[in-house]
Amino acid sequence: MTTTSTLSAPRAKKRSVLRWSLPLAVFAIIVAFLFVGLFRDPREVPSPLIGKSAPAFSLPKLHEPQQMLGNADMRGQVWLLNVWASWCVSCRVEHPLLVDLAKANVVPVIGLNYKDKRDEGLAWLTERGDPYKASIVDADGRVGIDFGVYGVPETFVIDKAGVIRYKQIGPITAEALNDRILPLVRELQKS
Amino acid sequence: MRLHLTRFAAIVFAAIVGAHALAAVTPGEALDARLKALESELRCLVCQNQTLAESNAPLAEDLRKEVREQALAGKSDDEIRAYLVARYGDFVLYKPPVEPVTYLLWFGPFVLLVAGALIWWTLLRRRAQMPRETLPMTDDDVARARQLLEE
Repeated sequence: MTTTSTLSAPRAKKRSVLRWSLPLAVFAIIVAFLFVGLFRDPREVPSPLIGKSAPAFSLPKLHEPQQMLGNADMRGQVWLLNVWASWCVSCRVEHPLLVDLAKANVVPVIGLNYKDKRDEGLAWLTERGDPYKASIVDADGRVGIDFGVYGVPETFVIDKAGVIRYKQIGPITAEALNDRILPLVRELQKS
Repeated sequence: MRLHLTRFAAIVFAAIVGAHALAAVTPGEALDARLKALESELRCLVCQNQTLAESNAPLAEDLRKEVREQALAGKSDDEIRAYLVARYGDFVLYKPPVEPVTYLLWFGPFVLLVAGALIWWTLLRRRAQMPRETLPMTDDDVARARQLLEE
């Protein structure tokens, strides 16, 4: 009375291998995804503007409000656009680095004084040093929106043709400046 | 008389069309409701787990103002969404677009569902194919079972 059905040996073996290797593989994939996610900053949203022409703007200068500055004035040179405000706390963190950068005279930095009061902005620069070739006034934040600004400070690297090549979200760190921004600027200046 | 009627009809028609076009972009409850719906599916970049409609961040206020102005200027919801995506990326949309990068996101759950159903189905089939009698019964077993039943 023995009618047991047995699988052929190799097939049974294959199935038992699959039985532990498949869940393990799925588990490994999930762990890999979560592990990568652990080290990513959700606040850093990649900008869709990288590789595209910087949005057109023409804004009055902070120091000489009767003078305007726009994209055309910077054409032909690599430059940085640094979004700052006197009310912005993390701007104070990156400010000494910008002052040093201005002293080194490597690349012109234009400041976008974002949603600030004119006198407060001017006082801030007098107190901490003015690293900007010029600061321009974006009082209502409209140009900021065009640049996709959502967390001040932000810094854009713009090439000779006016194309945005890099965006730093949040304060510039010494590491970001030396490892990413300056090498990129030098490379862009060569071309 | 007939001419007058046609003319009258044309005027009425134009007035209705005109009023309709105007109604789409005049401030009021209809516009508020439309903007509320639109802003509820847009993400505030500053406080990322809030929608543009519910966030109090200054940027969200500016963006709401911008969205309203564009709506009043006659822009459609799609055009306004495109405006924001051009500046902030797909991240502003709570409902990401269906494109190759997001296939896994959109279709992954259904793939899992189908895979689960397939596994379930094969397991059931295999069980159905298994012979009912898998344990051979000896005469002793039968005698023991009978004894247990009688107890």
